[in-house]
Amino acid sequence: MKKAIAFKSVKKNYGQLKAVNGITLSIEEGEFFGLLGPNGAGKSTLINMLAGLVKPTAGSISAMGFDVVKDYQNARHSLGIVPQELVFDPFFNLREMLRFQAGYFGKGKSNDIWVDEVIERLDLTAKASTNMRMLSGGMKRRALIAQALVHRPPVIVLDEPTAGVDVELRQKLWDFIKELNKEGHTIVLTTHYLEEAEALCNRVAMLRAGKVVALDTTNNLLKKFAAKNLKLRLSAKGVFKLPSSIKEINFSVDDDFYTFELKKIADISKIITALNKESIEILDMETVDQDLENIFLKLTGNKV
Amino acid sequence: MNNIHNQLIGTWTLLKKELLRFWRVAFQTVAAPVITGILYLLIFSHVLDSRVEVYEGVPYMAFLIPGLIMMSLLQNSFSNSSSSLIQAKVMGNIVFLLLTPLSYIQLFFSFLIASIARGIFVGFCIYLIATLYVDLPIEHPWIVFLFAVFGGGLMGAFGIIAGVWSERFDQMAAFGNFVIMPLSMLSGVFYSIHSLPASWQKVSQLNPFFYMIDGFRYGFFGQSDVSPYFSLSIVTIFFIVLSYGTIQMLKSGYKLRG
Repeated sequence: MKKAIAFKSVKKNYGQLKAVNGITLSIEEGEFFGLLGPNGAGKSTLINMLAGLVKPTAGSISAMGFDVVKDYQNARHSLGIVPQELVFDPFFNLREMLRFQAGYFGKGKSNDIWVDEVIERLDLTAKASTNMRMLSGGMKRRALIAQALVHRPPVIVLDEPTAGVDVELRQKLWDFIKELNKEGHTIVLTTHYLEEAEALCNRVAMLRAGKVVALDTTNNLLKKFAAKNLKLRLSAKGVFKLPSSIKEINFSVDDDFYTFELKKIADISKIITALNKESIEILDMETVDQDLENIFLKLTGNKV
Repeated sequence: MNNIHNQLIGTWTLLKKELLRFWRVAFQTVAAPVITGILYLLIFSHVLDSRVEVYEGVPYMAFLIPGLIMMSLLQNSFSNSSSSLIQAKVMGNIVFLLLTPLSYIQLFFSFLIASIARGIFVGFCIYLIATLYVDLPIEHPWIVFLFAVFGGGLMGAFGIIAGVWSERFDQMAAFGNFVIMPLSMLSGVFYSIHSLPASWQKVSQLNPFFYMIDGFRYGFFGQSDVSPYFSLSIVTIFFIVLSYGTIQMLKSGYKLRG
């Protein structure tokens, strides 16, 4: 399959700061790809270099086989970028803004039907003639998505598309983006909402300090860290020592709760037996499934 | 993908947007400078009409009009490109342009032509209103046209440089207050430089605005302080140099692409 996007040894330095530090990564056509990472991990810098908003210090990036620097015009025809900030042009209404945006890509009057279709699919028809200033935040967010679609790009990049969006709209946007992917568009999503990546993305890359720390299918990542956690509340908090026999099992302490990472289910009886031996009472117990957030924390050591 | 036809549509779209942008707020972008120009005309001509005759047989009011037209044309050409860019940068919607396949040449020509169009439109409105007060035939229409286009183009290009360079509105205002306004006021709009002491005449001759106004005025009366062809050469050279600088600036992505 053709590569929709390819980053090869891409670096971006801002003085001493290595914002992106040698990333090599390809995204296949038709994929729904997630780019995850804490603030400052390099996600937005990577997207901005792909979009041509920032120049790489080293390495090369291509979109649908076109180099984003040397063949930037064809590369940009292939990309529909949805920026993170809610920006808009206050002089025009929604339909005008979308027609202008399509025009910049060389799309003439014949494209106006598609513009109206995009407006309709994003449930904005009633607001098509409204000045951008008068639209609500959610509508502006949808308008930004519409802007990225007006020139029918094969690759759509969404930088935190659901940031600050209410639950109902978030679900609607998820459905819409899923639909676009089904229609054959390659989707690249950066997000802070790990549940979003888990629900939508076939494959994810996790970034930390400008480097990729994990790159796999979402399922494989979940499988790799599939073991459950055992969460216990114990009676003699703070002052007791855990039996040495269970110390080999990784655990973390949060308030009263001890969370043990189970490699196998048999670890549960080992832990309980050892605690009983030391007369440490178990007040509460639950098992917790792994999710991308836990995996993310393990890999990056950061809160998202 | 990106062929000549697409590029022409892209350039035309941005030009159309830039024209519509100032037309949507015509009260501020057209009516205001026209009223300012007419006020200058009425006040100065009322005070000086009977006392000053700069060119033989030309009433002071008539002498004043081409200078005022050109001054407004230059200021508005500068304002169009500079304000469009600084607003787009501050609002963040410049990103919509930067994400497109529009080349630096397409950006340059779209902003430039829109700037010239606004400058000429404002100038033409002042001319129309001024002719209600005084008979003002144009002796050399081509000279008027060439100075209007090159003068507007020069200031449109300068406006692009100012818009790209400025990061805040106060920096942009500094261009207007400390560069454009003094240069246009000291360019011979209200007087002939022959009425100045010799040293100030020399200083005036270093001001490119002087040549734009003096040459433009020649198109109306067939009289000027210096040869209109010399002025046209100066204006053309300035236009080419500034355009080259602007194109290089846009090509490099200076202050636009990090």
